[in-house]
Amino acid sequence: MAMGNQYKSIMLTGWLLAISALLGTALMVLVNWHSEPYIKYNERQVLLRSLNTVIPVGSYNNDILNDSTQVFSRELLGSSEPSIIYRARKSGKPVAAALSVTAPNGYGGPIILLIGIDYSGKITGVRVVKHRETPGLGDSIEIQRSNWIEIFTGKTRYNPGESGWRVKRDGGEFDQFTGATITPRAIVAAVHKALIYYEQNRELLFKE
Amino acid sequence: MSETPYRDIIKQGLWDNNQALVALLGLCPLLAVSSTAINGLGLGIATMVTLTITNMLVASIRRWIRSEIRIPMFVIIIACVVTAIELLMSAHLYDLYLVLGIFVPLIVTNCAIIGRAEAFASKNNVLLSTLDGIVMGLGFALVLVILGIFREIIGYGTIFRNADLLLGQWASSLTVTVLQDYQGLLLAILPPGAFMGLALLIAVKNKIDNLKAYRAQRQASISVTLQATQT
Repeated sequence: MAMGNQYKSIMLTGWLLAISALLGTALMVLVNWHSEPYIKYNERQVLLRSLNTVIPVGSYNNDILNDSTQVFSRELLGSSEPSIIYRARKSGKPVAAALSVTAPNGYGGPIILLIGIDYSGKITGVRVVKHRETPGLGDSIEIQRSNWIEIFTGKTRYNPGESGWRVKRDGGEFDQFTGATITPRAIVAAVHKALIYYEQNRELLFKE
Repeated sequence: MSETPYRDIIKQGLWDNNQALVALLGLCPLLAVSSTAINGLGLGIATMVTLTITNMLVASIRRWIRSEIRIPMFVIIIACVVTAIELLMSAHLYDLYLVLGIFVPLIVTNCAIIGRAEAFASKNNVLLSTLDGIVMGLGFALVLVILGIFREIIGYGTIFRNADLLLGQWASSLTVTVLQDYQGLLLAILPPGAFMGLALLIAVKNKIDNLKAYRAQRQASISVTLQATQT
């Protein structure tokens, strides 16, 4: 008799827990179902905002978020996954492209960059999207902390030339910052490679 | 419980049983995020909101929770609340989410939340539990901000840098440069600085408590001797 009661009690507890877990999961499904469209919309707005920091607003008039292509080049774009490229056009004519590029050799791991390059091959802007560099040293690559990243604006593959595309310590043209050379070195190299990739693949990139 | 439970709860949360300094709960988010005052404030707010809601929920269903499965039930409740907060925030308060968003999942790792559910909310009514959540959260947030200020001054020589990220554009003028032309001490911003800073805070609190106890004791012994001389 006592055995039976204990059994019942254990079963009841088990069911209670299972039902609670189910209830919790159901609730989360509901919340997720409610918020998903809002989150999608917000993420697209943020993406558009960051695209507009590397490609001037007004220079294009296409729906840039829906005009993207995926490319892959481990050597020049730095990632083993396909990179997304957004294409800006004005009345159908190519204006600029925003490349998502990885600098694989940052101090704290890969650094993800967004690089805007206009049709002629001139950089319209570079932003760091994600990084894990040392706070207080390597994080000066963020635009919120320093305007170092602006030094790339207006540069091309040939300005400066091949030997200029390095940090000053390595005999190039680009400033490193005190205490951190590895981070700027990784970014300079990644931007340079992106320019080379762009030059080699420009017509392909802008194909519909 | 004493005659004035509210006062007692407030005193417990802010000082006597401060979750960060006395209970030493929630060290993972505490040490990871207190590198600047504003970061500390961000996590502090997020923790306070979560702790208040979970305490409220646990207290309101405490009669139906069987004691054998209370811990997994708390885990379910806390996980659901944190997930819901994160999802709703990213849906409706996206700008705030971009700033606080990274802190919200960290709250799950804060044992102070389950600690309060177990130690307080499962035994007290909704009103008291809500108050406990607010005050315990506030006590945790205060330590976070103080530790943040401490590490920021030593690490960067400023207070409230990047305040505009959390509070909006107007707050960018809030940054105070304490030490001019300061090169910064990286150690304070890196994890060792967090441990040292927290250790100092705990030491200061213990010192204050010891002084208080010593004074109280002396007071008592004086009155005893006074009584002795009178008789």
